Amino acid sequence: MSELTRLTLAEARDGLGRGDFSAREITEAHLSAIEQARSLNMFITETPERALADAGAADERRARGEPLTLDGLPIAVKDLFCTDGILSTAASHILDGFVPPYESTVSAKLRDAGTVLLGKTNLDEFAMGSANVTSYYGEVENPWRARGDNRRRVPGGSSGGSAAAVAGRCALAAIGTDTGGSIRQPAAFCGIVGLKPTYGRCSRWGIIAFASSLDQAGPMTRTVRDAAIMLRHMAGHDPKDSTSAPREVPDFEAVIESGVRGMRIGIPKEYRVDGMSSELEALWQQGVNWLRAAGAEIVEVSLPHTRYALPTYYIIAPAEASSNLARYDGVRYGLRVEGNSVQEMYENTRGEGFGAEVRRRVLIGTYVLSAGYYDAYYLKAQKVRARIAQDFARAYEKVDAILTPTAPTAAFPIGEKMDDPIAMYLNDVFTVPASLAGLPAISVPAGLSGEGLPLGLQLIGRAFDEEGVLRAARVLEEAAEFTALPTMLGGSV
Amino acid sequence: MATLQGRTGEWEMVIGLEVHAQIVSNAKLFSGASTAFGAEPNSQVSLVDAAMPGMLPVINGYCVEQAVRTGLGLKAEINLVSVFDRKNYFYPDLPQGYQISQYSRPIVGKGKLLIDLPDGAVKEIGITRLHMEQDAGKSLHDQHPTKSYVDLNRSGVALMEIVSEPDLRGPEEATAYVTKLRSILRYLGTCDGNMDQGSLRCDVNLSVRRPGEPFGTRCEIKNVNSIRFIRQAIEYEARRQIEILEDGGTIDQETRLFDASRGETRSMRSKEEAHDYRYFPDPDLLPLELDQSWVDEIKATLPELPDEKKRRFVEDYGVPVYDAGVLVADRETADFFEVVARGRDGRLASNWVIGDLFGLLNKSGLAITESPITAEKLGGLLDLIADNTISGRIAKEVFEAMWETGKSAGDIVEEKGLRQITDTGAIETAIDEVLARESAKVEEYRSGKDKLFGFFVGQVMKATGGKANPKLVNEVLRKKLG
Repeated sequence: MSELTRLTLAEARDGLGRGDFSAREITEAHLSAIEQARSLNMFITETPERALADAGAADERRARGEPLTLDGLPIAVKDLFCTDGILSTAASHILDGFVPPYESTVSAKLRDAGTVLLGKTNLDEFAMGSANVTSYYGEVENPWRARGDNRRRVPGGSSGGSAAAVAGRCALAAIGTDTGGSIRQPAAFCGIVGLKPTYGRCSRWGIIAFASSLDQAGPMTRTVRDAAIMLRHMAGHDPKDSTSAPREVPDFEAVIESGVRGMRIGIPKEYRVDGMSSELEALWQQGVNWLRAAGAEIVEVSLPHTRYALPTYYIIAPAEASSNLARYDGVRYGLRVEGNSVQEMYENTRGEGFGAEVRRRVLIGTYVLSAGYYDAYYLKAQKVRARIAQDFARAYEKVDAILTPTAPTAAFPIGEKMDDPIAMYLNDVFTVPASLAGLPAISVPAGLSGEGLPLGLQLIGRAFDEEGVLRAARVLEEAAEFTALPTMLGGSV
Repeated sequence: MATLQGRTGEWEMVIGLEVHAQIVSNAKLFSGASTAFGAEPNSQVSLVDAAMPGMLPVINGYCVEQAVRTGLGLKAEINLVSVFDRKNYFYPDLPQGYQISQYSRPIVGKGKLLIDLPDGAVKEIGITRLHMEQDAGKSLHDQHPTKSYVDLNRSGVALMEIVSEPDLRGPEEATAYVTKLRSILRYLGTCDGNMDQGSLRCDVNLSVRRPGEPFGTRCEIKNVNSIRFIRQAIEYEARRQIEILEDGGTIDQETRLFDASRGETRSMRSKEEAHDYRYFPDPDLLPLELDQSWVDEIKATLPELPDEKKRRFVEDYGVPVYDAGVLVADRETADFFEVVARGRDGRLASNWVIGDLFGLLNKSGLAITESPITAEKLGGLLDLIADNTISGRIAKEVFEAMWETGKSAGDIVEEKGLRQITDTGAIETAIDEVLARESAKVEEYRSGKDKLFGFFVGQVMKATGGKANPKLVNEVLRKKLG
């Protein structure tokens, strides 16, 4: 592993600024890391030529004395973001050969800041999954393995490729999307930082939609500081997305060292779910202790509708998905499987084009929106969603942020939970409530399980208070001193 | 009330109309693409209209303004909060797989529209609602032996769906409703109303019942796209339903299609085959919230609408009610009339516009905006009549010359020497000549044949080339004939 790939995004930014190395050098180091880690299947499309060209341009700008803010920093982009002139697949067969003539707002902003695109990372098909096993392009392997257990493990999902790439030092940072936990859960599984911003903080324009009222782009990095840097360059109002918020983007990096003294941190009792492992419970308590030691006041809070969050999510998200995915019909782009009538062509195309999990969710979504079932399912789910948001609003009368575990377990072996969708859905039990309420939430690597696998803690903040979330996350990060390297990189086995 | 006679008695038609009116706007409802009619297929399609992955709709504020303006013109409630829903169904000319429409919370609520009935009565028709929605693209089935083509130029174009209450009772009322609605939309400038270009399309909901009984089962007839077809479709469908009922059958609630080439309706899909559109609020769009002050601003700029204009024409210009209705049917005619009538004899102006001018326009197939005689020039002609420069009869001749040449009335009168003779001496001379020539007839008149008076007038007018002032001719003749 090259020293250059071990740098954080902030360190690399500063090193490039000092002229310690060139954009081309750090890009080449990452391209070589990607090549070595190829068996983990992190990327659907690698873009080495484009990366080297971008890096060359960055070096030239720097030589002219006109560097951009993130000039020359190599990053990876989840293949749910449309990228101009580059295959964009959503990890689905149905988007075969789809090369968009446009660039998503978030990836365009990062591009305009000078970042170098290494490639498009693997994900669960249409971001539907929690283990990155539903991709048409094959599963992604987590760079971590358990101590004394050589089974390949899932990186979490749906942003599994991005999480694995950042953990495996194949990218300084990556961007993902989070609908019910798709940034935070894989971040926890891979031992990195993953931030889901407030709904509306980043534009959804050009992101292949899964569930429009929940989807949100966010950074996946190795440090809290890096997450702050990335978010600054991803966020902002976009007139092309009616749901993006017309709000100023703060300098997140400037506040992360402000600490938590005087901050009130809530501990929701409803998150002590049945069957939570004692080591996860201990880690959670450890997090409480760290924050208290740093001067925060710890307050028990109640989020009474928490237990309804998962079923609510699994009505709303599939409902929106069933409609959002209707456009993949074989008529205009992507896969078409011919038939003897339009009806048959639709059936053939969508039958072959979508994988089992996507088909399952389209069916669920179609069902819950059907005449006669709409009130019982979709409408009721919307009402519960409002209650869940209200729970948080009440809690934030007493506290400034809420601390919970990110996921109920550490990364599990590939192949497990495959035949039980409910067990798979339970991965999102701690992440889904913040998604339904549209709140910012971050996962910070906080320690290793008994098996030597990373575990994450989640901080959930008030709407548009990413600054508070990042401040508290930075305290956890500092206290946890999470320096362990993934097994793939010679970490302790 | 219009009723139909069946074999077993009288039947009444109950009709409600859904009119789809294309909003006048340069850009589509949720994308910046152009809406011009007649462009090359698929040349006016944005990434949003083609439903490319990751594309998002953004509401066109001008279309909202147009919908509000229309609602105000229909004296309707404006809902300050409305919601866009997705109507889900698969069809190749519907790229998103759903149409963005407004289902449970439309932008405009209850309103009303007045229609003129042939007997001179005015009837109020309820408007149930008006909502905004996207148009679909167009499927072309005749371009290839086995394939269909899709043109997405219309995809995403803004429509207003205007739904009436089931207040219409026959084809006359239905066509009067559409005509009046079209007139109001054109006044407002919110829809051009061109049915042949598809800017205004109509679905007819129709049932029949015995007078006084509750509503029967209705059928919806899709895509009835001209006033004539609306009449035909209603007449056919009412007869069809009556025949079924009189034979002891029942009406199936279904969607039917009007086949213009055969003048009949036929079944498209039954209630069982009806789509389940799975409406739900579009999560890509926030609820549409309007400020009352903004609505008030639009209200303040509304033009005078046909009903008010008609009342004013009757009151201010003394135009007969029926004529006023004709004059206000479209804004251009009303404006033309008003230029002619202002400061002049309104009734005379109306007669000239509706009678002489419409006659020539119709004969030449011209619109009033293309009239070779401008409103100002027609007014000039009326002035010459008013100040006795020419008689009404000469005016017809001048009018025709104006039509041919485009010249002003004054110029034509001068050129042709048509100025009326008001000089009593000249008229007396002409009369004396006529009386001397027709001495036998003068005797007959004097011995009691009063009817000959008209003959003498005619002879004098002939002798003066029609230019003698008829009133003076009458006076002098009476005096001379004693």
